[in-house]
Amino acid sequence: MASLLEQQNADPGVDDITQPGVSPPVIAPGYDFGQVTDKIGNVVLTKRTPWSWVIGFLIAFGIMNILMLAVGYLFIKGTGIWGINIPVGWGFAIINFVWWIGIGHAGTLISAILLLFKQSWRTSINRFAEAMTLFAVMCAGMFPLIHTGRPWLAAYWLLPYPNTMSLWPQFRSPLIWDVFAVSTYLTVSLLFWYTGLIPDVASLRDKAKNGFAKFFYGILSMGWRGSARHWHRYEYAYILLAGLSTPLVLSVHTVVSWDFAVSVIPGWHTTIFPPYFVAGAIYSGFAMVLTLAIPIREAYNMKDFITDRHLNNMAKVMLATGLIVGYGYMTEAFFGWFSANKYESFMILNRMTGPYAPTYWALIFCNIITPQFLWFKKVRSNVPILFIISLIVNVGMWLERFVIVITSLHRDFLPSSWGLYHPTVWDWATYVGTLGLFTTLLFLFIRVLPMISIFEVRALLPQSKVTVE
Amino acid sequence: MKPTGIYGVMAEFNTPDELVTAAHKAYAEGYRKMDAYSPFPIEALDEAIGIPKTILPWLVFFGGLFGGMAGYGLEYWTQVIHFPLIIGGKPLHSWPNFIPVWFETTVLGASLTAVIGMLGLNGLPLPYHPVFNIDRFLDHAQKDKFFLVIESKDPKFKLDSSKQFLSNLQAQGVWEVPN
Repeated sequence: MASLLEQQNADPGVDDITQPGVSPPVIAPGYDFGQVTDKIGNVVLTKRTPWSWVIGFLIAFGIMNILMLAVGYLFIKGTGIWGINIPVGWGFAIINFVWWIGIGHAGTLISAILLLFKQSWRTSINRFAEAMTLFAVMCAGMFPLIHTGRPWLAAYWLLPYPNTMSLWPQFRSPLIWDVFAVSTYLTVSLLFWYTGLIPDVASLRDKAKNGFAKFFYGILSMGWRGSARHWHRYEYAYILLAGLSTPLVLSVHTVVSWDFAVSVIPGWHTTIFPPYFVAGAIYSGFAMVLTLAIPIREAYNMKDFITDRHLNNMAKVMLATGLIVGYGYMTEAFFGWFSANKYESFMILNRMTGPYAPTYWALIFCNIITPQFLWFKKVRSNVPILFIISLIVNVGMWLERFVIVITSLHRDFLPSSWGLYHPTVWDWATYVGTLGLFTTLLFLFIRVLPMISIFEVRALLPQSKVTVE
Repeated sequence: MKPTGIYGVMAEFNTPDELVTAAHKAYAEGYRKMDAYSPFPIEALDEAIGIPKTILPWLVFFGGLFGGMAGYGLEYWTQVIHFPLIIGGKPLHSWPNFIPVWFETTVLGASLTAVIGMLGLNGLPLPYHPVFNIDRFLDHAQKDKFFLVIESKDPKFKLDSSKQFLSNLQAQGVWEVPN
């Protein structure tokens, strides 16, 4: 049994950033290489699928079918089934797109940026955070694909392919930058995730008894055998991917914010948008990681790997990014007044007092007031309260995008062009449906792939350290 | 080619320390064509068995360069040469607007090269490898044990003496690996 002190010595330089001295280890003591492999691998290789998994999966799958219905009906009728009209021509599709893509950012932050900063606590949460990224980006991608209602007619201005009209995408438009940013982001996230999985699926391949499982993991592992010569290149590839993903993830939400900021709409046309969007993305992403990590570690008894220290650290990241977001809101309000531009000042006053004021104040409550509780260690170590806060922040970040999109559009420059936006049942069905798609994919992931990186956890154990010269 | 003969001799160790020590000794003995196997990366092995620094970072650099040039070339060719359209009074070659896509394709080219290059240099995917003929390796190499293999293509390799050498290193077991 490794003592706490040995654990501390085992990872020098990667101590808890805020609690010098006695901090809980990132992995509960007492595990050896085999036990780690069995504990994480058995979740996948067990013959018995837990009932709770089956029930949860069926619910998620049912909700996903709402998406199928909503999209099917959209393809028959067109975007008239949604609440959008002039002046609010951008509605739920862009709100949900930005919300989902933002959620994805935390996965990359955990897997790439925290790796570069040598934060060893990232190890037990990076795998499912990266899975979350992938699935969130897939859900986000749904909306640009379907938002015209006729996606099969809408390819030539999204992707550069030689078409019969000889037309090309408009590369001066942020919307095209977005296509490239999001598709690159999805590809690189998938590469990163898969690279991390190779040694782990090799473990599962050698551990599996079932012939199909052996075959399935055998193909996925590509014949990985743990050779030192391979590890050498592997580690280079992994750290290079982390270095490439870091500017990539910052660029993605920056480009998303340019979709708005490059226009001339009051409420969108501001230079604060890129940093404020990136911070908001990480904020909502960490909220979603907490929302997922808390039930997963409970259901699969993974508290030894996803410890209270992980939750505590994630709560701190949430607090920090939440404060940046709060600063962004204040800057917006300040510039509404400081610009001395009547459209700008009307926009911010209308946000606070106009027809959508309740959503604005709900957003302030969810995103600025709620995270202040995270200053207290008691709150950060109280798991149920942390879970509730993470849900509130998820809602708040959705409201933020609603407020940015809708309140900026519904009051045009001329009062004769003013209008209101009301989402229809189909708007809601599409949104709720993507939640079902996301959860369905997560359930499948947890059942067939190791949810925690096995080889990286092995490398965290004190007995993995080489002491000879 | 029909597999014949033996691939090498394999020794099993319990801890990373034992593996690194054994690897050092084998290197000092003059063995070069050898490989160590561990369930997680052990950096000390790079020096112990004399792994040359990989060229992967250079490949990634050129992959990124290619991605960037391809991306910018696509933008320039489509917007300036193939179908010039004046939009918003901007010049045809409005390069500041071309930066985001150029950046994304650079990252894409570099990342694809990193993963495909790593797999390619490692000779993966590989459906068959002789080390898996050893049952202990199959059961423990990706889990909790550490292995050292001296390959038969090493000029110093002699079945009996190499086997004896590994046994003297306090290995948990020593096996001949059939091809």
